[in-house]
Amino acid sequence: MLVTGGVCLLGHGRCPRVRSTPVQKGDARGPNHSYRHRRHGWSDGVIPSAQGREPTSAARAGASGEDLERVAALRRGDETAFVELVRGLHGSMLRLAMVYVSSQAIAEEVVQEAWLGVLRQIHNFEGRSSLKTWILRIAANLAKTRGAQERRSVPFSAVADPGAEAGEPPVAPARFFQHGHRWAGHWAAPPPSWQDVPEERLLAMETTTRIRLAIEALPPSQRAVITLRDVEGWSAPEVCDLLELSEANQRVLLHRARCKVRAAVEGYLEEARVPR
Amino acid sequence: MSVEDVRCQEVVEILTDFLEGAMPPAERIRLEQHLAMCEGCMNYLDQLRTTIHLVGGLDKEAVPPAAVAELLEEFRAWKAP
Repeated sequence: MLVTGGVCLLGHGRCPRVRSTPVQKGDARGPNHSYRHRRHGWSDGVIPSAQGREPTSAARAGASGEDLERVAALRRGDETAFVELVRGLHGSMLRLAMVYVSSQAIAEEVVQEAWLGVLRQIHNFEGRSSLKTWILRIAANLAKTRGAQERRSVPFSAVADPGAEAGEPPVAPARFFQHGHRWAGHWAAPPPSWQDVPEERLLAMETTTRIRLAIEALPPSQRAVITLRDVEGWSAPEVCDLLELSEANQRVLLHRARCKVRAAVEGYLEEARVPR
Repeated sequence: MSVEDVRCQEVVEILTDFLEGAMPPAERIRLEQHLAMCEGCMNYLDQLRTTIHLVGGLDKEAVPPAAVAELLEEFRAWKAP
């Protein structure tokens, strides 16, 4: 057994989660514990003061050593560190804010306000999440509040895609053979290969515009997930942490979003194939 | 095992799970076998991959220098109250 009295014998030092987890016979063998321990996602021996707070998904990332250095630099008023942070995160904050508010101008105000919030609260940063997640969460919360205020005053902006959050299928059911058919559930109208579509066509301004419009038309939760995952390149655990989603929910939202964007590209390519 | 065992309509629901490596091994093998034989589903998977690639290529514009300058002013005001 590798767990004794709350101390991880794999060299990870004292681990609050281990201590709070009752050791069950036959269930606390080495490999199992090692897996559980890895899931905490804490590196550099930095253990956040989050005892008893159960993560809702695997691999919640706490602040890294680099994060703590950055925070220390901000606290002592290091301008270079601040500008670097702004350059690195401003765009992500803006795109995330756009998920919740109706215009670029309002998103910019929100991000500006978020940075002031970061400065006001930097002394309270505890390192439970990464600095990036902490900052993005401040921006997301402000944007949500602002978005809710907007919807109260401008009701039409609240019109959501009906049924979009519900379990609608990623591909129109009509594209499959129907119930009772020998091939029920298999493609009746299979998607064509895009291999013969020239790269220039896929990368053309028009395709890009269609993709942007398709993302803008998504319901907020799907838009937030695809923006962070596929536009910004965040990892699944980071997105789960920021948006407080389970891994499974995150995948469902991501999948619906990707399928809708795919459908938009397909629609555009089909249009283009029809001779005018 | 034949292509009929897995329905295409179900396949298109789980391709992100597949791409994310979030499927139980047995299911993954069944899906891989289906994909190897079903051109429609393979095309759909390729299209999703292309979509992800295109979405990842959307422009991520640099922060306007004016915005940085404005924030720097705020930072200076904050550190020297």
